[in-house]
Formats: sequence, C-alpha cells, structure tokens
Amino acid sequence: MIHFVLLISRQGKVRLTKWYSPYSQKERAKVLRELSGMILTRGPKLCNFVEWRGYKVVYKRYASLYFCMCINQEDNELEILEIIHQYVEILDRYFGSVCELDLIFNFHKAYYILEEILLAGELQESSKKAVARLIGAQDSMVEDAKEQASSIKNMIAQATK
Amino acid sequence: MNPFSAGTRLRDMIRAIRACKTAAEERAVVRKECASIRAAISEDDPDYRHRNLAKLMFIHMLGYPTHFGQMECLKLIASPGFPEKRIGYLGLMLLLDERQEVLMLVTNSIKQDLNQTNQYIVGLALCALGNICSAEMARDLAPEVERLLQFRDPNVRKKAALCTIRIIKKVPDLAENFINPAAALLKEKHHGVLLTGVQLCTEICKVSTEALEHLRKKCIIGLVKVLRDLTNSPYAPEYDISGIADPFLHIRLLRLFHVLGQGDADASDTMSDILAQVATKTETNKNAGNAILYECVATILSVEDNSGLRVLAVNILGRFLSSRDNNIRYVALNMLMRAIALDSQAVQRHRATILECVKDPDASIRKRALELVYLLVNESNVKPLTKELVDYLEVSDPEFKGDLTAKICSIVEKFSPEKIWYIDQMVKVLSQAGNYVKDEVWHALIIVITNAPNLHGYTVRALYKAVQTAGGQETLVRVAVWCIGEYGEMLVGNSGMLDVEERINVTEADAVDVIETGIRCHSSDLTTRAMCLIALLKLSSRYPSCTKRINDIILQQKGSLVLELQQRAIEFNSIIERHEKIRSALVERMPVLDEATYSGRRAGSMPAAVSTSQGALPKMPNGVAKPASAALVDLLDLSSDADQAPSSSGGDYLQDLLGVDLSPASQGINQTEKRGADVLLDLLSIGAPPAQSSSSMLDMLSSGQDNKSALGMFDNLASPSAPSAQASSPVASSSMMDLLDGFGPSPSVPVAETNGPTYPSIVAFESSSLKITYKFSKEPENPQTTIIEAEFVNKSPDIYSNFVFQAAVPKFLQLHMDPASGNTLPASGNGSITQKLRVSNSQHGKKYLVMRMRISYKANDKDVLEEGQVNNFPRGL
Repeated sequence: MIHFVLLISRQGKVRLTKWYSPYSQKERAKVLRELSGMILTRGPKLCNFVEWRGYKVVYKRYASLYFCMCINQEDNELEILEIIHQYVEILDRYFGSVCELDLIFNFHKAYYILEEILLAGELQESSKKAVARLIGAQDSMVEDAKEQASSIKNMIAQATK
Repeated sequence: MNPFSAGTRLRDMIRAIRACKTAAEERAVVRKECASIRAAISEDDPDYRHRNLAKLMFIHMLGYPTHFGQMECLKLIASPGFPEKRIGYLGLMLLLDERQEVLMLVTNSIKQDLNQTNQYIVGLALCALGNICSAEMARDLAPEVERLLQFRDPNVRKKAALCTIRIIKKVPDLAENFINPAAALLKEKHHGVLLTGVQLCTEICKVSTEALEHLRKKCIIGLVKVLRDLTNSPYAPEYDISGIADPFLHIRLLRLFHVLGQGDADASDTMSDILAQVATKTETNKNAGNAILYECVATILSVEDNSGLRVLAVNILGRFLSSRDNNIRYVALNMLMRAIALDSQAVQRHRATILECVKDPDASIRKRALELVYLLVNESNVKPLTKELVDYLEVSDPEFKGDLTAKICSIVEKFSPEKIWYIDQMVKVLSQAGNYVKDEVWHALIIVITNAPNLHGYTVRALYKAVQTAGGQETLVRVAVWCIGEYGEMLVGNSGMLDVEERINVTEADAVDVIETGIRCHSSDLTTRAMCLIALLKLSSRYPSCTKRINDIILQQKGSLVLELQQRAIEFNSIIERHEKIRSALVERMPVLDEATYSGRRAGSMPAAVSTSQGALPKMPNGVAKPASAALVDLLDLSSDADQAPSSSGGDYLQDLLGVDLSPASQGINQTEKRGADVLLDLLSIGAPPAQSSSSMLDMLSSGQDNKSALGMFDNLASPSAPSAQASSPVASSSMMDLLDGFGPSPSVPVAETNGPTYPSIVAFESSSLKITYKFSKEPENPQTTIIEAEFVNKSPDIYSNFVFQAAVPKFLQLHMDPASGNTLPASGNGSITQKLRVSNSQHGKKYLVMRMRISYKANDKDVLEEGQVNNFPRGL
C-alpha cells in the first residue's frame, strides 16, 4: 500500500501531502525534512527509488516538482512510477499543460483528483478518462450550486430593494 | 454582511504568503490570516466557511497548527450542499487523522451521507472513511459499506471495495462478512471495480484463511480467464498504457495469484500457463511492461515449484540485471534476493554483475547489491568476494563505508576458512575503515587472536605495520595496542615467524612509541587511552630497558582530568616503582579468552551465564540474580572473562551497593524506613547511627567477603599492599572502594545470572508498631506473575484487632489478593498474619514492581492507620 504521497518542489517547498497511514504532525514534518534532504540531493541519472526506514520511496521529477510515494518493501516500485505518471497526465489534461503555479493556487483541485485515483493507499481507477469524467461531473455540480446560490441571492436582493 | 469578516480571497492569501521574503514575514501573514479565520469561526459565519477552510488547508500544508479549524470541517460536512460537503471532507482528511477524538463526532454525518442517493456524495463519504477511519468507525460503518459494494453505480462500488480494505485492516474480524461480496466483485466487467475487487480479495486472503480457501476453490479459474482475456485483448484506448491494456489490472491480478498460489500446488498448477504466457509475451521496452514482468517474476517465485517457470523467471531477472536502466537493475537486485533462497546456483551465475553493482554510483543500487552479495557468500567463494569488497572499501564513499564494513566483517567472521586469513582481512578492514568497525567486531578479533597461539607473533607484527600507515583508525590502534601489550616481546624478537613473513626490525622504543602516540593523540577516547595505559604497564615488565620511559608516560596521565585514567596512572606508577617483585606476576599474559563463552554472550547479548567462572564465583548469599541493562564489553569486561565480577544492575552502581548490602540486611537485621528510592540515605545509614552502623558494616563485610574473590583482580590492582587480606575490616573497605571504582564511569561489568531465579524476601514496611515482610515466589511457566506472601508482625505490646491490609499498584501491574489468614494480630511478635498477593507485571523486564499500601487496625480501642510505599522489590520481578 502507499503510505503517503508528497509533492515537493526543487527548492524543498511542500506542494501537496497526503497521508494514508497515521503520522502525527511532528512526524510528518520530520518525514518531509528527511525525505526532501534525501531525494533532492540525488543526481539525475540515478534510479527512482530510495530506501528509507524500512520502506521504499519512489519519486519522479516532472519539471520543478518531485512526486514521491512511499510504499512497503515488497510492493512493485515500477508500478508506482506508472501511477505517478498517470496522476501527472491527468493533472496535465485537467489544467492544460500543468505547471507548479497551477498546483499552488488550485491545490484543492490537485487533491480532488488524487482522491479519485487513490483511496486508502490503493489504486482506485486505471483509466485516465474515467477520472477526468468523475472530476468534471463533480466540478459542474459545484458550479450549478454556485449559480443557484447567486440567482437566489439576486432574487432576494431584488425583492428586498 | 460584514465586509470585514470576509477577509481576503484564497488566491490573495496564497499570493501574499508567496510574496514573503523571510520566514518571519510569512509567519506574520499566517498569523493575521489565522486570527481573521478564528474570528469568522467564532462569529459562526456560514458564507465564508468553505473559503476559510480552504485557507486553513493551505496553512496546514505549510506546517502551522490548524486544530481550531477541525470543527469547521464537521459543520461543512453536515451542511446539505455538495460544494460544502466536498471541501468539508477534504478538510477532514487533511486536518484530522484517525487518532483524533473529534473524528468520532463525524461518524454520524458519514453514515447519513453513505445513505444518500447522490453517488458523488456517497463517494465523498466513502473516500473519507477509507482514508482516515479508526477501528471504532470501521466497526460502526461496516454494514453500510457492505451494502454499498452492491450499489448501482460502479464508481461507488469501487470506492466501497477499497474502503473495505481499510476496514478489515483495522478490524480483521470483520473480514468474514466481506468474503462473498468481495468474491462477487471478481465477476465485474468494469475495470475500476474489478481492479479494486481484486485488491480487496488479496487483502482478505491475507487476514482470513477461510477466504483464501474459498477463492482457491471457486474463483481461480475465472481469474485466470480474466487475465488471459486481458493479455490477449485488442487495443483499448481507455485503458491503454504504452501498448499494454491496463497494466495496473495485470499487476493486481498477478499479486492475487501470488497469494492464492503460495503453498497450494493445485492453484499454482492452474495458473502456470498464464504466468508463462505473461512472462514470455509481455513487451519490455516500456516501464509498464517491465512492471508487469517484475510482478510476474515475483508471483512465479512464490507459487509452488515449477522448475520451467523458475528458469524463465531467473532469466528475466538476468536480463533486467544487464539493463542500462537503473530502475530495472534495482528491481532485479531486489528480486534476486528472493530468488536466492530458491535457486542459489542460478543467482551465483550473475555474481560478477552483482559485484559490479556494489560499486555503482547510485547509493540505492549499491545498498541492494551489497545485501545480495552478503547472501551470495559461501565457503567456496568467500575469498575472492571478500577481496573484491575489501579492495572497494578503499575507494568507496564515506557514507557507504559503514554498511560495507559491517557486511565485510560479518562475512569474514562467518565464513573464514582459517584464522590467519581472518586476521589478515580484519587488519585490512581496520586499516581502511577502522573508525566504522563496531565494538563487538574488534572484541571478537581479539578473542580470535588470543586463541591462535601460533599466530601471536605474526599478528602483532602485522598490526604494528598497519598502525604505522593508518594510525588514524582508532579501532586499529586499540587492537594494535592490546596486542603489543600482550605480545610485545614477540614483536621485538621476531619470534614465531611464519614462512610467508618478512623479518622486520622493531626496537622496544619503537613499540613504546606506538603506544605513546595512542595515548597522546588528542582524538583518542577514554577506552583507547585506558587500553594504552594497561599496555604500558604490561610492557614495563616486558621491556626492562624502557621501564623508566614507560613510567614517565604513565606519570603524565596522573594529571588527566578523567578520574579513571588518573587513578589507574597512580596505581600503575606505584606498581612500577614500589612493587618490583610482584609486577611480573601481575602483568602476565591474559589467559586465553573462551570463544564459546564470548559468542554465547553475544548471542544472548545480555545474560552472561559464564560457565567457566561459575566454579570460582561464590554464590551470592541469597542467590540474588539481577537483570543486566547493558553488558558493554570493554577492556575490563574482556579481562574479567576469567574471573567474573559480581552482577550489576542498570549500570547504576549506587543501587548495586544498595543491592549488595540490602539483601542480607533485610534477612535478619532491622533497619528503619528502608526504601529502594532512598539510596543515598541508605548509603549514609551505613555510617550514620552507631547502632545500625555495626550491623550495616557487618553486612558490607559479609557481602564484601563473598565478592572478594570475584573482585580479586581489582583488589590486586587497587590495593596491592593487602593482596591477601583476610582481616575483615580492610576487606570491607577495599571491596567497598572496589565496588565503587569497579563499577565506575566507563567500565560496566557483565552479569552472572543464576538459572531459575529465586528472590530474597524483603522488609516491605516497618514502623515502631508493625513490620511487614514479603516473600516472593514465581510460577516457572508464568514469569510475569509474582506470588508474594506477606507476613505481618505486631511489634507493640497491644493486640491489634480488625486488622486490614490494603494495597494498590500502578496500571501496568495487576494485583490479586487472597483473604488474610486472620484479622487479629497478637502482641509483641507472638504470632503473625499472612496474606497471599499475586502481582502480574505487564511490562515484565521493563518496569519494576512498586506498591502502595495502607494498614488499618484497632489497638487499645483506637483506630490506627498506617501507610507506606514499597520500592525495594527485587529487580526482575
């Protein structure tokens, strides 16, 4: 299972963290410190796995962002690389050639997408299109609700004029 | 609406935070935002609740405390609209985890949402449940989730399946309920549901053998068909990844096969064809294909024996190993470790490639390869492999040297064909990376050296040469110093030459130089310096020509700030100057250290049942056995292998003193208010009130005498003027001193443990009117439980009636009291009441017993209440 997902920028800033195993706030900070120290210093041609506290952390760099996932010793590292890539492709399609700034200002969207890919630290959906459809449907529900709310507001405003 | 409570927009806040140049600025912005969010929360303003929560999530991600927003999540979740719920659940998952109590409050909201008809709301609730549910929530909501496994919409079914994984991980008993619904998911066509269903079945099989049997019987053929269809399926754009249809589903199915096939020949047989097909037909030019192959190899290696498949698997790994992609090489090394248990011959073929990987620039690959090499070593290939590794040690990165050294030492120790080779390799390792060698390793080396009398000369010369070139490696210096001290005359005399050796010319002064450098070197630590001192003492008799110089070096240590060194320097100085006659006898060569004892101790790590010395060791008066906390094997320890020193507990020598004098004291002699905690008081009481001091002195005496021979070595060193003192008082005082310095700061002394421990009885409580004695016994099959027999004795001239004894213990103990033998206590010790107590220590071995008690009785028609605490329970109960 995946214990946590981290997105760290090249400068060591945290862009997204998702914890599927319980870590206290203190432990989380420690994990982030340790891992960013280990991963950011690794050279470009090396393998994408680091061993850490009896777990393995699979990471991959996309532009300025490192996507990291922590898994058990016996899990399939190569598959995790595919999952990371899947996530990146979905983000890319959703934001239209995604960049780090998209993920900073729309971090909640990045989370929503991740929730549709992983659940309980396991893979939930293998189709990129299915994820895109689900996110699209939920986004439009939010839009509808907003529109409804603003039209009600307008009506109230006109009625109370 | 109050325009001021609205605060900034999320986007503006993020911009403001990003614009901060310093951490202090950022903190200020965050503090301001948090303040306005708190204000909005206390106003309970629903309009901006979701925006505030989004801000809090961002702030949380930066690592600031956000606990005050937790209740906002619950409010948003409880609101009816989808947008609020969506952000509320996200906040819940980010700001809370399963260990927070607040989480319990959300159970009901989640339950309601699980019963909604809107699939997206149900999906949100399932997602939250799957990511953060606690065991209680899992129990409460399992029926809802079970129902949702049959929900009409596939997206809910897949979420419910993964949610179930979390539930059965939290509460494995619930797995039985999910077997049938989980098996039903395996017949689904929807990839997402199938994918999650397969994962769920894999997890259920891990916790329930019933499920495993069920799936083996009912589902395996269907699953094989699913995988075959998937492998042969034509191009499916929806699930295609670099030319392969749904590699994720491939991998998940293979993993389920792994679980089903392990230990079941029939199941393994059923799946062997499809495994062979996947292993041969999968495309390997992309990562997705390799991921499938990798999983397939893992499955083949774990299912029941099929030699054809295994050959296929090992060949795939061989191909992986020669790949240029580092990821592929890494996983190959990883998997070869599993393969080695099944077919070590096949893995041995790749030895050269694996050895190359040990030298890879990539630390992850290096580490894997080293682990693998370690498993590859056997008697026949140990020499070439060790040579490679030792050669590489020289050029390896400093951060890798620690691991590498540990592995080399372990290999050399385990497989060395002959002692001379072992010593050679160890000298090489010590000179390359002595600072990374662990203490046990060089201790073991010294033991091997003492056990090889024909190699003493060779070794000491080899070490002498090594130390000339690599004097900075502290452990090398230690071993060299030790050997020069012991075998100094062989170094100078070139005696015991082997054929392979060249003669070297070393003068006595050269040898002393080495030790002088060792003791002078500012980086040497206490242990090294102490070893140097001892070596000097030994050499003072071995090199008569250098005695004067040695004495000078020792004298310089008289000014050492370290008490241990200072004291030894003074002692050694007086031995050299004033006890010429006994000196040569004192510094004779160490007796051969017993390898079996030593390795036994290492295996057991703590309790050192020293067979050789037990004969010489007089039994402690009452057979006290105390647990060791740390048996540091150091200088003194090594030398005390022959004459075992008494036991010490916890390295706390004050308590030892106490322990030594306490046990006999409590047997017969009265002492007021004797409590384990008041160690200092006890120490004082030894000399303080005259009435007691005599008895305490007596105790000290008896224990001193008992320990005398055990401490003989220290006696000799510390008080050579009275080496054979039989007179009682000097022994008492000197052994008292010896206890103190013997257990002094650095050296701790190993422990003798008598089997089948018996525990001394203690005076648990004593006042002018009452005395309580505890006797201990244990049931051998249940070491946690101690049976205490309490005996109450009345010391006053009045009869006590209504005598009630009450006791209380901390939470890690459980106390059970049997009824007392009576409730009337005759006067003046003319009888007693006994009562049995049974204490179970759940932290046995970690924590010691403590007990509070209260005794109430009637004396002369007056109610009397006495209270006390027992801290002086024997250790190890």
